[in-house]
Amino acid sequence: MDCLFGFVGDGFVMMGADTSACQSIIRVKQGIDKILETGGKKLMGAVGDGGDRVQFTEFIEANMQLYSFRNGVPLSTNATAKFIRGELATALRKGPYNANLLVGGLDAGEVSLYYIDYLATLHKMNCAAHGYGALFMYTLFDSEWKPGMSLEEAKVLARKCIAEVKLRLVVAPPEFLVKIVDKDGCRVVSLEE
Amino acid sequence: MARYDRAITVFSPDGHLFQVEYALEAVRKGTTAVGVTGTDIIVLGVEKKSTAKLQDARTVRKIYKLDDHVCLAFAGLTADARVLVNRARVECQSYRLTLEDKVTIEHITRYIAGVQQKYTQSGGVRPFGISTLIVGFDPTGAPCLYHTDPSGTYSAWKANATGRNSKTVLEFLEKNYTETSGDDTVKLAIRALLEVVEPGSKNVEVAVMTRDGGSLRILDDAEVDAITAVIEADKVAAEAAKKGPSSS
Repeated sequence: MDCLFGFVGDGFVMMGADTSACQSIIRVKQGIDKILETGGKKLMGAVGDGGDRVQFTEFIEANMQLYSFRNGVPLSTNATAKFIRGELATALRKGPYNANLLVGGLDAGEVSLYYIDYLATLHKMNCAAHGYGALFMYTLFDSEWKPGMSLEEAKVLARKCIAEVKLRLVVAPPEFLVKIVDKDGCRVVSLEE
Repeated sequence: MARYDRAITVFSPDGHLFQVEYALEAVRKGTTAVGVTGTDIIVLGVEKKSTAKLQDARTVRKIYKLDDHVCLAFAGLTADARVLVNRARVECQSYRLTLEDKVTIEHITRYIAGVQQKYTQSGGVRPFGISTLIVGFDPTGAPCLYHTDPSGTYSAWKANATGRNSKTVLEFLEKNYTETSGDDTVKLAIRALLEVVEPGSKNVEVAVMTRDGGSLRILDDAEVDAITAVIEADKVAAEAAKKGPSSS
């Protein structure tokens, strides 16, 4: 029922997630922000069982901050993704975290997006999504995504993705929050036309 | 067979812990560090040890950021400081993770002092050879300056100095300390340091923290030289004023 998606554009990464916190078939709370704006220019979106999602991302954030203080520079997007994957992999056969993440960021002008799932899979991708909604979003990415999209074109694609999920998924979340990260940092974007 | 469980820091018959006292000697050999609080600003000044020609001076640091809102300056063994600073940084993040709040200056000082004390009461280890000055603003917005030493004692100060010639600097501060703010506090801190250090930006490093200015800012050479020049000018003016009335 959680839905998280992201794709890269021209000098930015756009990431969107639903804002509902659910317990089995009950929507416990609306208006949850599942995309963390972390050290430097990075977005870390996570979906999964409530406790794991928050505990794990906060643990990762604390480690990223520690790295910045020790080394004077924030962790790169690639290093962040690898670190997250490493933690998930180590915990997998002991006490696994049920969290699926997308990490997107800017490093010296280069944008990148990483797909990480709860089994510690890691892939660098142009477009990625988690949850049941991903089933519909991947087909839209296949037909609509192209490299070097502008912000306006990206908003159009994001709107289409959300509309498709709401149309076809029985348990579609009612509300989404979309963010981008670019050279000016992280911020929320409104998809209103 | 080497036994590592024997304590190195043991009491002498007259109640001294010699290892701790020798550690304090090591601190007294280290370059001077001074900390001064103002109403809305905290200033840390350190004596810059002369670096070798081929050495990159930027990598010789005496002022460390522990978290966005806490800083530490030290006097004594650099390597010991590095280890202690690392432990403190981990503690700052650990506190944030567990309590979703940043550490108070008192908490992190108590933690660092606790680590220093542990090393005076454990087997096979020696005390850390450093005294620290820990600064930051507490949750009410009041400026804090704490001092720790190798024995693990800590206390809060309005202004303090540690390292070589710290007695001279502290005497100067006791005579001249008043509640100041902004640039006046910076001037006071540098004046105190210049009692025992040669003037000039290559001998002195100054860092400031303001209540609403975000985190630590290290003054660049031009700023330090400018303030030093003002201090020298004030001194000259004061000398002239003293002699003034008698000469004609």
